[in-house]
Amino acid sequence: MTTNAEASGPRPRSFFTPTRIVIYGIIIVAALYYLLPLYVMITTSLKGLPEIRIGNIFAPPLEVTFEPWVKAWTSACTGLTCNGLAPGFWNSVKITLPSTIVSVFIAAVSGYSLVNWRFKGSEFFFTVLLLGSFIPYQVMLYPLVMITAQMKIFGTLWAVILIHTIFGMPILTLLFRNYFASLPQELFKAARVDGAGFWRIFFQIMVPMSLPIFAVAIILQVTGIWNDFLFGVVFAGTQNYPMTVQLNNIVNSVQGVREYNVNMAATILTAAVPLIVYFVSGKWFVRGIAAGAVKG
Amino acid sequence: MQSSVSVKDLSLNFGSVQVLKSLNLDVKQGEFIVLLGPSGCGKSTLLNCIAGLLDVSEGQIFIGGKNVTWAEPKDRGIGMVFQSYALYPQMTVEKNLSFGLRVAGMKRDEIDSRVKRASEILQIEPLLQRKPANLSGGQRQRVAIGRALVRDVDVFLFDEPLSNLDAKLRSDLRVEIKRLHQRLKNTMIYVTHDQIEALTLADRIAIMKNGEIQQLSDPHTIYNKPVNLYVAGFIGSPSMNFLNGTLAGGAEPAFTTDDGVVVPVGRYVFDKAPTGSAKAVLGVRPEHIVLGDAAKDLPFSTEVEIEIVEPMGSDTLAWTKIGNHAVTFRADSDVHLTVGQKVLVGFDPARGSLFDTASTNRL
Ligand SMILES: Nc1ncnc2c1ncn2[C@@H]1O[C@H](COP(=O)(O)OP(=O)(O)OP(=O)(O)O)[C@@H](O)[C@H]1O
Ligand SMILES: [Mg+2]
Repeated sequence: MTTNAEASGPRPRSFFTPTRIVIYGIIIVAALYYLLPLYVMITTSLKGLPEIRIGNIFAPPLEVTFEPWVKAWTSACTGLTCNGLAPGFWNSVKITLPSTIVSVFIAAVSGYSLVNWRFKGSEFFFTVLLLGSFIPYQVMLYPLVMITAQMKIFGTLWAVILIHTIFGMPILTLLFRNYFASLPQELFKAARVDGAGFWRIFFQIMVPMSLPIFAVAIILQVTGIWNDFLFGVVFAGTQNYPMTVQLNNIVNSVQGVREYNVNMAATILTAAVPLIVYFVSGKWFVRGIAAGAVKG
Repeated sequence: MQSSVSVKDLSLNFGSVQVLKSLNLDVKQGEFIVLLGPSGCGKSTLLNCIAGLLDVSEGQIFIGGKNVTWAEPKDRGIGMVFQSYALYPQMTVEKNLSFGLRVAGMKRDEIDSRVKRASEILQIEPLLQRKPANLSGGQRQRVAIGRALVRDVDVFLFDEPLSNLDAKLRSDLRVEIKRLHQRLKNTMIYVTHDQIEALTLADRIAIMKNGEIQQLSDPHTIYNKPVNLYVAGFIGSPSMNFLNGTLAGGAEPAFTTDDGVVVPVGRYVFDKAPTGSAKAVLGVRPEHIVLGDAAKDLPFSTEVEIEIVEPMGSDTLAWTKIGNHAVTFRADSDVHLTVGQKVLVGFDPARGSLFDTASTNRL
């Protein structure tokens, strides 16, 4: 142990210690590694086709053009029709919004009742949910096709919405259950003594304390459903294909020249929604925790 | 007088575990009852049953003469204060206080006047617009009490309301709760595992163990005439000294410790006089053991050697042995005691307690 007779106040630290240099080095390299593809996509999407054929994918665009973006959105060919991604975008919105709202709401209510209102068979219900969250989707695909066909909703938006809601349930309910279980039980008891019932306790006590977990659930659902390909292609029917399916159709179309710039633009457009969700709700998430909403 | 809260043959099981065992409790109007017992003995469970937060397995609960066994918590005429305060974090103090009243659909001005009155009593008016997160522990607990106060109920239930607070605040709020009780004259049922709280606050204390009430009496009786060995050992700090031995009944009952020390117990008032001789335990409180010349006049005195001395400020605790039994006694802090010193100590067995070894019950 070394001691310094003059030591007083904060210990002096130099910024460029070997550890710091290594840490920052690694972080910067990792960041570049992940940002490079994005850079390539953006620059390519802003180039004209002749410029792309020159071949240097890392070169910045000499002549910036937004033509590929417009085409991707309005007139790229997705299979037989050539209306661009716009219809797919709206289909995805029509699928994602209701699925997210319904599944998050139902999951929150079931998580809450599993923790606080222990009904008969709630343990059994919970076990089934737990199992549900481990079963791979593919196993249930065919039975679900049959069921939705029976219900006469196969090939409609309703079918996809229903499927997304069902498949979101196990993991979301688990999420909410664990969160509500971590809240002090005495709060719930106090509310009951105050005379509040099932729904009032849920909406006025539990939900306001649970904004962070709602943010997490919404992020999970919006990104998960928006990125879904399988259920969209199976259950939605051709005219309701979500954006991901249409993107695939654009990128994989075999007719004519491959328009890399349009493909890149279309991909970025499709990825934009989850990206925005991450940015916006991430902020919410942090705010929710920082506000100390959980602490009594 | 009509009883305010009455618990009849109450049992409660969690699955196969019986937490409360056919428990009976009668609380008089305006009485301050303290439930005291070690962790896990079922105090909170009993309180939750009375509040209606747990469904009972067997038995009945009456509040204000009405059978409320199946009633919702809000319809029982009770207010409850929790250990963790349980304030609604997203609501201001004022909203916390008025929540129950708003749920009940009470008129705006009636709510306002009740909140005003409660916050005056508890001196939390300057805090009304704050959120719970911005309050100190003591202030939070006051708000929690206020939430029970505004409901204008006859029965207050407290579940260890002070145990999250530091020692100083605890004794302050203890006095405040006592004052509150004297002012409001509500029935109060108060759970704690702090003996001092129990002894200072209670009209009657119920000592619980394993889901059963061992003794229900006023603090003086609990302290001086414990009904069994458990209560005797649980109450009092430092705890009662126990001497194992044999009690010979008859006209001149005498107690002989296992190692042959004879203690005449002629003046002891027996609950039921012993016949023949049986194994027994003699319990003596440390403060009932007298030191020095004063001991000579007592029915029992003996010379002992001091082993450890613990000065406590107000008095001094000394450890010694009578026969082979470790014994502690309290001495005035001005008396100078040293380790190894031989002193005369004595006590009056009439102030002690005798227990039957087999049944552990008071004799
Ligand atoms: N929901 C439950 N399920 C099963 N057992 C429980 C449950 N709640 C409490 N118990 C058990 O019941 C017993 C009594 O619990 P209770 O909370 O009433 O104790 P307590 O006297 O209040 O203790 P403490 O002083 O620690 O608060 C404990 O042994 C506990 O393990
Ligand atoms: Mg408890």
